[in-house]
Amino acid sequence: MGPRRPPVDPDVDLSVPRQRAELRGGTASLLAVIAVGGMTGAVARHGLAVALPHPPHGFPWSTFAVNVSGCLLIGVLMVLITEAWTAPRLVRPFLGVGVLGGYTTFSTYAVEVQQAVAAGAARTGLLYLAGTIVAALTAVFLGITLARLATGVGRDRSGG
Amino acid sequence: MTVILVALGAALGAPLRYLVDRAVQARHDSVFPWGTLTVNAVGSLVLGVLIGGAAVDAVPGSLVALLGVGLCGALTTYSTFGYETIRLFEDGARRHALVNVGVSVVAGLAAAFVGVTLAELLWA
Repeated sequence: MGPRRPPVDPDVDLSVPRQRAELRGGTASLLAVIAVGGMTGAVARHGLAVALPHPPHGFPWSTFAVNVSGCLLIGVLMVLITEAWTAPRLVRPFLGVGVLGGYTTFSTYAVEVQQAVAAGAARTGLLYLAGTIVAALTAVFLGITLARLATGVGRDRSGG
Repeated sequence: MTVILVALGAALGAPLRYLVDRAVQARHDSVFPWGTLTVNAVGSLVLGVLIGGAAVDAVPGSLVALLGVGLCGALTTYSTFGYETIRLFEDGARRHALVNVGVSVVAGLAAAFVGVTLAELLWA
């Protein structure tokens, strides 16, 4: 029983037998929890966008905060449900695919960069573009690392 | 009202991401996350068209909420992109991780710019 290799794609990774088979447990229940999770995440994202509006030439703080916090949480979540514990079938679809997938967004990020450039604020656009990448990837790494430390898993995984 | 439209769009967008990701992976036996790249590029293109159309009053705000903030917002994802990149890096596929960042950003941005330009050509 060697160490389990965690998935690469948290939405669905067909190289993980359990995920390849998860549609067989009931497509309707699976897609339904993803939909409900997605609604929850998207409404939270929308709420933050309404609370923290930005002008076209300004820095899109709400999307930045959403994507960075969502990345921190996916790191924590995936360690908990794939490395520390074995979660019930619908936990990853609901929290990972649904809530965090619906909460974070790539399309708004891309269009906000375009809008900043079109508004003549190319420097802000570039800063937002690069700043999100650096902060979001750091957040995933932090989430994974902190969750592994907290649960005591992964210390013998350094060999890959 | 806007919140309900956002929620309805997301109820379609999130399951659509799951299904597209599965379908793309079933066709590519590769560790490179083609599925996530696909949804992120397509969502950025569609949102670009909607935002470009809204700027010239050709697309109503309710449609932006439903299809843009809701559907495209939930179809696309930053958390999956970020987690995949770190996991690829951790597994020793460092070049894949770097290429994933570069290609995702270039594809998403290009799609957004093309989308807005398409909207301007269509409605301006």
